[in-house]
Amino acid sequence: MGDKRYLTVTALTKYIKYKFDQDAHLKNVLLKGEISNFKHHSRGHFYFTLKDDHAQISAIMFAGNARKIKFRPEDGMNVLVEGYISVYEPGGSYQIYVQSMTEDGVGNLYIAFEQLKEKLQNEGLFDSKHKQPIPRFPRRIGVLTSPTGAAVRDIIHIVNRRYPLAEIIVYPTLVQGEYAKDSIVQQVQKANQDGLVDVIILGRGGGSIEDLWPFNEEIVAYAIFASKIPVISSVGHETDFTISDFVADLRAPTPSGAAEVAVPDKIELLGQLQNLRERLRSSLNIMLKQHKERYNRVFSSYVFGDPQRILENGIRKLDLLDEKLKLLSPKKRIQQLQKDVLDWDRRLYEIERRILSDKKKSFDQYRAKLELLNPLALMKKGYGVMERDGVVITSVSSIQKGDYVSFRLRDGHIESKVVDVRKENENE
Amino acid sequence: MSEKTFEQALQELEQLVKDLESGDVDLSIAVEQYKKGIQLSKYCHDKLTEAEEVIVKLMTEEGLTDFNQ
Repeated sequence: MGDKRYLTVTALTKYIKYKFDQDAHLKNVLLKGEISNFKHHSRGHFYFTLKDDHAQISAIMFAGNARKIKFRPEDGMNVLVEGYISVYEPGGSYQIYVQSMTEDGVGNLYIAFEQLKEKLQNEGLFDSKHKQPIPRFPRRIGVLTSPTGAAVRDIIHIVNRRYPLAEIIVYPTLVQGEYAKDSIVQQVQKANQDGLVDVIILGRGGGSIEDLWPFNEEIVAYAIFASKIPVISSVGHETDFTISDFVADLRAPTPSGAAEVAVPDKIELLGQLQNLRERLRSSLNIMLKQHKERYNRVFSSYVFGDPQRILENGIRKLDLLDEKLKLLSPKKRIQQLQKDVLDWDRRLYEIERRILSDKKKSFDQYRAKLELLNPLALMKKGYGVMERDGVVITSVSSIQKGDYVSFRLRDGHIESKVVDVRKENENE
Repeated sequence: MSEKTFEQALQELEQLVKDLESGDVDLSIAVEQYKKGIQLSKYCHDKLTEAEEVIVKLMTEEGLTDFNQ
């Protein structure tokens, strides 16, 4: 069965396990460390990792021992444990089998978290007055998370179901590990610079306290605080709280939850529309009914109940007015005025017509007219001009009895003495 | 003029219903408003039911690209 020099994996692992189990130091170990990746198995066992700054070890505590401990182990807790080290053959890993566990003060990360939280709280970063409202109908949603994680899929799924009118822009962001905090800060700033989205969902799915730690970093908190676009934070599970959650404008328990608060629900909106239509209809119906009632009321009033009466009243009033009119209006004058108006109208029309046709007349015709107006031409017909001291007399007012005047005709002068002056009506 | 957004149309409709419910308008105006309200509600309804799937884009250093899930 092959070369005897080669070991099977099982044989090697059994050997390693044997060496571990033989070692007196590993049979009874007192160990202190911080819990992470804590899992409470459904059968009652605890699986977790114990770690410090430079190393970590897997740990298991079976249900029988786990039942005895007096506190609820959580990620980030510093603990003191007692147990033995052995090898778990199927996994090829060594681990500590914990027999007892007590709390070692409060975990360092937890202390850091509490200190930062207190500091930022004092600075006012969590104040409700700084919270920006989440838009009711976002057109574009910025999703800041890993483009390959479950969170982004959950968010797309929910938005699709609730409000497919919206658009999603995924800003690929590192959400765990040492570069995560810088990536988060950078993408929050970029989303603000781009100005494409109305709301930001920042988050990731569940994980250990270490995994979620970037969301507890101070620079991340300041970046969220500085965002002009409202930020919804959704980190880990419902029970996980991070600094980001406190600074954000809104905290959602999970990424799916964030999507639900970010967009309205299509079904609800359709219901709302239906409701608005009903209200439109009923308010118009109420109005129509009111108008109908008013109409009926008016028509059933006494006046309409007894039409003869209002008619008689009306006739009497009319007669009175007729009398007054007869007294007030000189019928003839009105008729005359009407005739004048018609006359003027006709005359104006004539003048207009003549002016228009005059323009067509020849120069000779104009000249003939001018000839008629020439004073010499008039004199030929027997007209004359009366003068006194070379000034033409145009009115009897400037002449007195006994004045000497000169009367000029076509062919000479007649020197005369005024015998009498009779003034006639000026107006005629 | 650009097309009305869903939000604008819905807000307009809400305001219109409020005005109409206050009963402070002439019947002829009310009838016009009613017609307009029905149009707005149809517009909103169509927008909601026409959109089938959310558009998802990825912001890269070169700008927006399609997001492949």
